[in-house]
Amino acid sequence: MSAWDRFAETFLNGEVLARYLPSILGGVWVTVELSLLIVVAGILLGTALACLRAYRIAPLSLLIVVFADVFRSLPPLVLILMGYFGLPNVGFTLSAFAVLFVILTLTLAAFTEEIVWAGITATPKGQWEAARSTGMGFSQTLVWVVLPQAVRMVIPPLTNRAIAITKMTALGSVIGVPDILNQATTAQSFSGNASPLLLASALYVLLFLPLVIASRRLEARFAWRT
Amino acid sequence: MSEMNATDRVGGTKPPTLQLSGLHKSFGTVEVLREIDLTVERGQMVFVLGRSGSGKSTMLRCCNRLEEPSAGSIFLEGQDICARGVDLDKIRRRIGMVFQSFNLYPHLDARRNVTLALRKVLKLGRDEADERATSALDRVGLANRADHYPGQLSGGQQQRVAIARAIALQPVVMLFDEPTSALDPELVGEVIAVMRELKDLHMTMLVVSHEMAFAREAADRVVFMADGRIVEDAPPEQFFTQPSEESTRAFLARYSA
Amino acid sequence: MDQLILQFFNVEVMAKAWPLLLRGLGMTALLCLAVIPLGLLGGLLAALASTSQSRWLRWPTVALIDLFRALPPLVLLIFVYSGLPFTGLQLPPFLAVVIAFLLNNSAYYGEIIRAGLISVPAGQSEAARSTGLTQSQTLIHVVLPQALRNVLPDLISNSVEVVKMTSLASVVSLAELLYSADMARSVTYNASPITLAALIYLILLWPVVRLMSRFQRKIAI
Repeated sequence: MSAWDRFAETFLNGEVLARYLPSILGGVWVTVELSLLIVVAGILLGTALACLRAYRIAPLSLLIVVFADVFRSLPPLVLILMGYFGLPNVGFTLSAFAVLFVILTLTLAAFTEEIVWAGITATPKGQWEAARSTGMGFSQTLVWVVLPQAVRMVIPPLTNRAIAITKMTALGSVIGVPDILNQATTAQSFSGNASPLLLASALYVLLFLPLVIASRRLEARFAWRT
Repeated sequence: MSEMNATDRVGGTKPPTLQLSGLHKSFGTVEVLREIDLTVERGQMVFVLGRSGSGKSTMLRCCNRLEEPSAGSIFLEGQDICARGVDLDKIRRRIGMVFQSFNLYPHLDARRNVTLALRKVLKLGRDEADERATSALDRVGLANRADHYPGQLSGGQQQRVAIARAIALQPVVMLFDEPTSALDPELVGEVIAVMRELKDLHMTMLVVSHEMAFAREAADRVVFMADGRIVEDAPPEQFFTQPSEESTRAFLARYSA
Repeated sequence: MDQLILQFFNVEVMAKAWPLLLRGLGMTALLCLAVIPLGLLGGLLAALASTSQSRWLRWPTVALIDLFRALPPLVLLIFVYSGLPFTGLQLPPFLAVVIAFLLNNSAYYGEIIRAGLISVPAGQSEAARSTGLTQSQTLIHVVLPQALRNVLPDLISNSVEVVKMTSLASVVSLAELLYSADMARSVTYNASPITLAALIYLILLWPVVRLMSRFQRKIAI
């Protein structure tokens, strides 16, 4: 047997791939579903927190900053293990899927809050003054004048962060969420063959490479500043 | 508007459009405005001159409380706008303001720069807001630029859109904070032309500016400020030919040279 | 509430787990010391290649950078750790982690340093070359110092992410901080050791995270 044949047998084994393809494709659906939920919930929550912080109510702002700092400082895997193994012992059992969703959503929200807040503070003071001088209230100015500009300014870093955190859905495999990685490692240990792992890697690249390339484009497009 | 006319008919005497009385403003320990008394009658155009740092912009910004006065009162058509419990947003929609740096919303085109407050503050419907915006943009000669974004307009055009944004709310007074200072010299004329037209329409205006020739030609009164005080308040002819104060003479000598 | 404290903040359990966690922390530090400098070096090479004049160098590098940015680091790690043995290449966990992270970090650091290189005006290298400096002298003495300074906050932020990422090594049984904490948890049936690990990460990283927020705000405008 040639070296190539051995390689193909181990990493591109058609028989093994065919047997485990359905379960791995099921994992794709889990990964995509989780990613979408996390992106939507995390960005909405983070933006809402950044807006709340704009009201500069001292105790509230402090809480928001502490939340954002803690979730930006801690490795998500630490929080995932804490949530998954710790919570049931205090009578609060969440499914692995729910734990992963909650932790990664909060993590993305923390980063989003920080990024959007930077955008809000970078919006020129004159924009606030112009809007307020026409009789618009604080909230109206925030929503219709400042936030649209802030969000535009931070789209590139926000996109990068969202991609990085949705990729972390792979951490779910550690606590048994049946995502791509989990299905692939299971298939690998049953079949004693590395093909499922290569397939999983290819699927991740297929899912995330377009996003990575799109974020590169976004960065180039948003490089201008008026 | 109609409500206002009704009280005019009944009361007979009209309060001045804008009246500052005993106005003080300090930033920390620095006093930037001291004992300002100023009256702008309906339909008047009052020019404020002074060196930079004399407090003229701060005074203007106090008029819609972008700066909070430290003491004194400001009356808009007889209503004290610094009184407790006054709805500042309601006051501000009756006071138009034009900024040195235009402050157009960069994410909205010219029309939506004008309609935003019409929709959100006056709660007009889309059609009515668009109609008003078109007529305001037409007034400043930019109806054909309604779908341009600020980044696609020249400085002079941006400032004219900013004026349209303010007049679309049909304010009772317009504040101009150095409206031509950020413009290239060849673009100043178009903004002044728009202001002249507003003057012809009897818009009440308080203008901080360095455009002396325009002041002399169009103002009803010229006010000179130094060190946070109003030191001279006279009709333009008298102001420019026989000012009573030494500091005014020094200023005029330096700037009209 | 008592249950919560007993389960997550049990001082007795924490005290018992402390020596184990301390050893884990040592391994985490060792990992960081290996992975961050190597990643920076790999990133520098990737950045230079991806901004090179030659398209035969530039395009494949950009493609590789994007490939490794698209792969979740855990997938990469598991591939290196449990995929490669099928080729007869059985790596010890530490080496597997270093290789997987080197690939991932080179891509991320590379993207950052590339942005830094692009941010230096062309006039800088033109001026340097006009004074007779060679291409590599220009790079080392003129362009790189400015490039790295321009992206310093991003480099530091990414290094925080790398430190956090070392916790993934627990998945391949490398006895770093999180692995040790999880061992202690499974022995004591109590989550407090993981809380303790979280506190250690927090103490190490929070100051950096806060500092970066202040710093980035200052240069944002």
